[in-house]
Amino acid sequence: MSLDKNGIAKRIAQELHDGYYVNLGIGIPTLVANYIPDGMEVTLQSENGLLGIGPFPTAEEADADLINAGKQTVTAIPGAAYFDSAASFAMIRGGHIDLTVLGAFEVSESGDIASWKVPGKLIKGMGGAMDLVAAARNIIVAMQHTDKEGNSKLLKQCTLPLTGVRCVKRIVTNLAVIDVTPEGFKLIERAPGISVEDIKTATEGTLLIEGEVPEMEV
Amino acid sequence: MNKVVDDAYEAIRGIESGMTVMFGGFGLCGIPENCLKALAESTVDRLTCISNNAGVDNFGLGVLLRKHQMKTMIASYVGENKEFERQLLSGELEVILMPQGTLAERIRAGGAGIPAFFVPAGYGTEVQEGKEVREFNGKMYIMELGLTADFSIVKAKYGDTKGNLIYNKTANNFNHPMATAGKITIAEVEELVPFGTLDPNQIHTPGVFVQRIFQGKDYEKRIEFLTTRS
Repeated sequence: MSLDKNGIAKRIAQELHDGYYVNLGIGIPTLVANYIPDGMEVTLQSENGLLGIGPFPTAEEADADLINAGKQTVTAIPGAAYFDSAASFAMIRGGHIDLTVLGAFEVSESGDIASWKVPGKLIKGMGGAMDLVAAARNIIVAMQHTDKEGNSKLLKQCTLPLTGVRCVKRIVTNLAVIDVTPEGFKLIERAPGISVEDIKTATEGTLLIEGEVPEMEV
Repeated sequence: MNKVVDDAYEAIRGIESGMTVMFGGFGLCGIPENCLKALAESTVDRLTCISNNAGVDNFGLGVLLRKHQMKTMIASYVGENKEFERQLLSGELEVILMPQGTLAERIRAGGAGIPAFFVPAGYGTEVQEGKEVREFNGKMYIMELGLTADFSIVKAKYGDTKGNLIYNKTANNFNHPMATAGKITIAEVEELVPFGTLDPNQIHTPGVFVQRIFQGKDYEKRIEFLTTRS
């Protein structure tokens, strides 16, 4: 069975380490916060100027002056810090953020990512995505393996305008965990009940398969 | 020198059609509501507005849009605004989009007297088009320019009569960098206090960057996406 959004988030949570500073994008990446292992200290950064995002507020706690980068009301954990946008991107650009998780329309086998613009459709802007992918030490993409029409989103080359080049390290989809290597995509794990053949069929780019590919534990 | 003005109408004096104006805020968080309202009531138009976002249809910068007072918008993300979409598609409005960190740093650099600098964001993408590219330590960077404005309009929680500012929580965002990058910077604050009463340790924006300050009123502080846990 392919993973649902929460399943993808759960698998990505296994990539976290104690002490990590992490930026989570909008959508599936945000769900990763729900699966941080107990006892592990992970600090979430929001590029609008908050280090230490807490849970969503109660209706009484909601504060117009305290939002995340998706403009949702949030809370701040004890020990959080607020800062301005230039300082926030100094953190990001300076390589102080350990991990960025974001969504994508397409990823290429060389690690290029397209995530912000579909020509002919409304252009909303890139926000902080280009800064994040250009600078974070580790970048994981969370997305569906194929689009709604069934076309692969893991391609030899991206067809849409790029967000960044040669930056994605790992992709977690509803079907698989895949690494970007100098030789192409490398299949690391299968979603429960998904065969190597299923993943091959859904992947347009070069897919390297070495030995037995284990099933994810989610 | 007296920096204190009575209200937003007095504060925006001198903003003329065709000028470049920076507006602090992220979404609707930390926006200068009073000055935006006063500008929307004025006849000023053809503005180049620099702001991370474009407000929503009936609030924030969206109000200037609706009144066709904007010629160019410089931003990083402009979703959540139907009128914006309409003016963009009809060609009434020119939009220049750039990565959020590049926008923030261009403003910081502009305020700090740095004409240009190199960043990795946008390398290999359409953001790179027409820009100088250089390699440093094996990594590729593109040159970006410092950004200043005729006027910067920012919003703070507290300010004193010398223009020292303290922001609240994530309502700082673009306000501090923009306060440094205006030829004239206007600060509207929720609470204006006599100088000497704010703790110098807590000042985010030193008063040297601020030319005009006033205590705003009737803050709505709208929430764009109220998200709660049960």
